Amino acid sequence: MANTRPTASSHNRRLFHSRIFRLALIYLCLFTASVLGLLGFIYWSATESVTRQIDSTIDAEITGLAEQYNQRGLVGLIQAIERRAGKAGETRGLYILADKAFEPLAGNLSRWPDELPDQEGWVTFRLEYPDDDGGSANFGRARVFDLGKGIHLLVGHDIQERSRIASSIRGTLIWSVVVTIGVSLVGGILMSRSLLRQIDTINETSREIMAGDMSRRIPIGKRGDEIDEVAGNLNAMLDQIERLLAGMSEISDNIAHDLRTPISRLRTGLESALIGQPDPEGYREAVRKAIEEADNILKTFNALLSIAQAEAGATEAQFESVDLDALLQDVSELYEPLAEEQDIKLKLDLAQSARLDGDRNLLFQAVANLVDNALKFSPKNSVVTISLLGGLEDNQKPDISKIVVADQGPGIPDQSDRKRVLERFHRLEASRSTPGNGLGLSLVAAVAKLHGGTLELDDNAPGLRATLSLPQS
Amino acid sequence: MRILIIEDDGQTSAYVSKGLTECGYLVDIASNGKEGLVRAVSEDYDLAIIDRMLPELDGLSIVETLRRANKDTPIIFLSALGGVSDRVKGLRSGGDDYLVKPFAFSELLARVEALLRRPASRAVETNLRVADLEMNLLARQITRCGQTIELQPREFRLLEYLMRHAGQVVTRTMLLENVWDYLFDPQTNVIDVHISRLRQKIDKNFEPALLHTVRGAGYSLRGPD
Repeated sequence: MANTRPTASSHNRRLFHSRIFRLALIYLCLFTASVLGLLGFIYWSATESVTRQIDSTIDAEITGLAEQYNQRGLVGLIQAIERRAGKAGETRGLYILADKAFEPLAGNLSRWPDELPDQEGWVTFRLEYPDDDGGSANFGRARVFDLGKGIHLLVGHDIQERSRIASSIRGTLIWSVVVTIGVSLVGGILMSRSLLRQIDTINETSREIMAGDMSRRIPIGKRGDEIDEVAGNLNAMLDQIERLLAGMSEISDNIAHDLRTPISRLRTGLESALIGQPDPEGYREAVRKAIEEADNILKTFNALLSIAQAEAGATEAQFESVDLDALLQDVSELYEPLAEEQDIKLKLDLAQSARLDGDRNLLFQAVANLVDNALKFSPKNSVVTISLLGGLEDNQKPDISKIVVADQGPGIPDQSDRKRVLERFHRLEASRSTPGNGLGLSLVAAVAKLHGGTLELDDNAPGLRATLSLPQS
Repeated sequence: MRILIIEDDGQTSAYVSKGLTECGYLVDIASNGKEGLVRAVSEDYDLAIIDRMLPELDGLSIVETLRRANKDTPIIFLSALGGVSDRVKGLRSGGDDYLVKPFAFSELLARVEALLRRPASRAVETNLRVADLEMNLLARQITRCGQTIELQPREFRLLEYLMRHAGQVVTRTMLLENVWDYLFDPQTNVIDVHISRLRQKIDKNFEPALLHTVRGAGYSLRGPD
């Protein structure tokens, strides 16, 4: 078994090829995509809202400055600009008033930016000074106006804030994706590993069973998850297979034992007739004996076949609605003369009627076997009772019909013997001398099983009480 | 009487053919399904014995083909498939009887004879008669030598079956199938007791005995020749 156990590298290869790992990968891709989408949207809406806020601040300042210009002219405007530029450290406002040649007249920018504004006058431009953190270049956003007479005004705001928010969101985004991928990958591997381990256990057990160890079973976890359920079902199936195999080997043992004896008896009889050279009548007698022996062998064989068929459930297709009281009447009527001949009273007690879905021939055979058995072991002047009971005493299962065949013979005193007589070919030592092949009761048990019922043997004090319990359909 | 055997096992067909020939039948053997069907269609046989599992064409198809061609040759299936469902399938396809292998030749012979002497017309008979034993099926009355004999319903059916097959050997299995209507293997000879009861009623006070036991085969109801 050791060479079929997977090595570490093949184990890993199997891990990456496993279905659960593929599923984990697909899940990972979808999850990453959704994280990216979500954070992208947050990034976009955050920067957009900051931009809008800056724009509205700029617009407000412009309105203020326009008022100054209208009321106090250019001088007022320059004063206002200088005043505001003085406070630019807090407000982060950007102002420049320039002449015809774009030379600065006032404001806190050293020169007019080179970048060209759009149609509405908005412009984003590079600032001369670096941002506070000493990082990369800083940018400003502003609106430009032509005040006429060659005077140009630019009012703006630096957008360091916006960049900071954007870059922090970008950082978050990258980290989230990295963490997501990492966690999912590790999770996927762990999940696949644990599932693979469970499946490997199943595989290993199956291989050991295939190698011949039928007693092996798959260990079942305590969680009761679907894998445990699969394992449980497989184990149940294995139990059934093992039972069938055991039955099969038992039956072949029994065939070997119980058919070999009559066949060799047949052979010996024929051989001795051949050696002895008897007269024609002697030959005739030998042949007759041989045929009788062969008939017995066939009978045993047919009984074995019926048991096998009933046990395999092969005849289930033949199920029809069976009238149990009519069937019992037929059995009783068939055996009544035989009972009378043996001075036994055969009593039929039909307390109620019952129907069930079943194989009427097999059911008839089963009841006939029970009656046959009862008659075989009953003393003279005793009573054999065939009765049909509903499950009335047993309120738990009201839809069970019980066919009881009770005799007043010796019974089977030993509890363990009662179980053993249901086995094929088992004949109690005491009954060896009576005719029969030891298959009668095991056929009854097989028929009961085919119909989902049971056969129980109890003490009838004195005698044997055989109860065939059959569920109604 | 000509009988066709379609059977691929040479030993079985030789054994059946030998037995039937000794009983005075003319026997032809076909060893595969196709040959068998051709023979059954082109020649007139009084009866065919057909195996279920045959090379080239299986027994069921042969019988179905024959029945579709309006050939009403009586057919006995001979098969190792002994389940009730197999039997039902065989009879539904148009077979007249079904015998499971391994079988006793006496059983086969009894069934062959029963089929061959089946009344050609299905006219309803109201009276059966064997020697001085008479059965009125309408009045359900039995008389022998003018004396009325009282029978239980099952005994009546048993006697009716025997009378319908008067002169032939009737096996225990045939009785179980046709009188009791169950397919099963009795462990003891329950049938024998029923027969001896019947014998008590119809033979005891009369001469000669009509109901005979045929050793190793079954029973036969027949009058003195």
